[in-house]
Amino acid sequence: MDLEVMKEYMPLYREAFFLTMKIGWIGILGAVIIGFAAAVVRLLKIPVLHRILGAYIELFRNTPLLVQLFFLYFGLPKLGLSISAPFCGALGLMLLGGAYMAETFRSGFEAIPVLQTETARALGMSKFQTTVHVLLPEALSVSMPGFTANMIFLLKETSVFSAISLMDLMFTAKDLIGLYFRTVECLTLLVVFYLFLLLPVSILGSIVERRVRYAEFGA
Amino acid sequence: MAKELLKIEHITKSFDETVILRDLSLTVKEGEVLVIVGPSGCGKSTFLRCINGLETIQEGSIYLDGEKINDRSANLEKVRQKIGMVFQNYELFPHKTVLQNITMAPMLVQKKPKAEAEKEALSLLERVGLSDRKNFYPRQLSGGQKQRVAIVRALAMHPEILLFDEVTAALDPEMVREVLDVMLDLAKEGRTMIVVTHEMSFARAVADRIVFMDGGNIVEEGTPSEFFDNPQTDRAKKFLSTFSFDRIEKKDEYAGNPI
Ligand SMILES: Nc1ncnc2c1ncn2[C@@H]1O[C@H](COP(=O)(O)OP(=O)(O)O)[C@@H](O)[C@H]1O
Ligand SMILES: [Mg+2]
Repeated sequence: MDLEVMKEYMPLYREAFFLTMKIGWIGILGAVIIGFAAAVVRLLKIPVLHRILGAYIELFRNTPLLVQLFFLYFGLPKLGLSISAPFCGALGLMLLGGAYMAETFRSGFEAIPVLQTETARALGMSKFQTTVHVLLPEALSVSMPGFTANMIFLLKETSVFSAISLMDLMFTAKDLIGLYFRTVECLTLLVVFYLFLLLPVSILGSIVERRVRYAEFGA
Repeated sequence: MAKELLKIEHITKSFDETVILRDLSLTVKEGEVLVIVGPSGCGKSTFLRCINGLETIQEGSIYLDGEKINDRSANLEKVRQKIGMVFQNYELFPHKTVLQNITMAPMLVQKKPKAEAEKEALSLLERVGLSDRKNFYPRQLSGGQKQRVAIVRALAMHPEILLFDEVTAALDPEMVREVLDVMLDLAKEGRTMIVVTHEMSFARAVADRIVFMDGGNIVEEGTPSEFFDNPQTDRAKKFLSTFSFDRIEKKDEYAGNPI
């Protein structure tokens, strides 16, 4: 393994790392918003919308991200709607993640017995107070492990971005190997940068998880 | 003559087609302890839930303090502050400490300052012997302790009437007593209470009046001694008989001769 070569490649990887991270986090943020909204709609069984979102969730949970990206990147222009590769990547991640997050949040809400919210209402709390102070915190504490798992899953899924010519980590590694055949160096850097991307999420995730869940589930 | 605090007139409650409570009327005076007994599924829980509006009734009226509370115009959030309810499974909020469980509603609903709410919570906890548990989470408490906290949580809102729905039914036998003692204490203090229970000797001790429900209506009512010593209806007799055992007579060949 040639450290000099690795040093030389570093700037390219760093650039790809930040691109991957940026798209990854925008995607996750969007996924959380979509997922939360979808979970609430599904929970309240808002007519029509509830069914549409149900179909959306099944569609995106049961097709690979790669196929979704192809559809967005190569399919939409055929319909006269063309979008840039980074935007396409972020959008794909949001839609895929939204479907997963929706299910995670929903199972969290559903795990809270009706009597918990009835008790809050019996104490004179309004619907809004009950939701904010009882239902949400309890549901979130139940959903927390699934939520962290989803984030890690989504960040890993960014590795298919190269298929729509996004210069992410995977793309950079493949490109460099193709050009200079320094396979070992390139793959080592790839692993290291993915760890940079994911380890903080895992570690932070489990710390937050422990804090959020301590009250209810203990250490 | 104590005033009528709660007046229930001809209420009917059904779930879809099934009628659960039919034409039920009942009055509770201020300071009275009313105990409701009756077989499982006869509508006792549903009845309590109708009183504080957790269930809506189809017919009839409910008055608290002379004010009709089952109207669309009635402010349920105001009404519920006057009605404390304690459930069979405690229903403490698992993400809140004991103290937070108690102060939450007074602070959010009645806008009490935190310090005042906590001070009051602590003195109530003291009364039920749990002040050393104020920073515990519900999962760290025994069933009996949880239920005493749930009672304190209801008391902290200064309700005019307390509803207890089989609050000892989920407890291990050795914990039943500590909860019943708290309730006896409240009764002695002159609180108005409606208690649903299967603890017959407790019912006899605490009740001013016993109401026997069956099939969604009141079948019989009277003082504890009237009801327990001299039940009038066959259904009440049959119900009471399920709580006692006749002495068994062993066949001769087994008597004093265990196998
Ligand atoms: N939400 C509900 N939907 C339909 N039926 C119900 C509901 N809640 C209670 N019931 C029915 O109402 C009857 C009375 O129940 P309940 O009030 O819990 O009785 P109890 O407390 O005396 O055991 C039961 O037959 C029960 O199945
Ligand atoms: Mg019941």
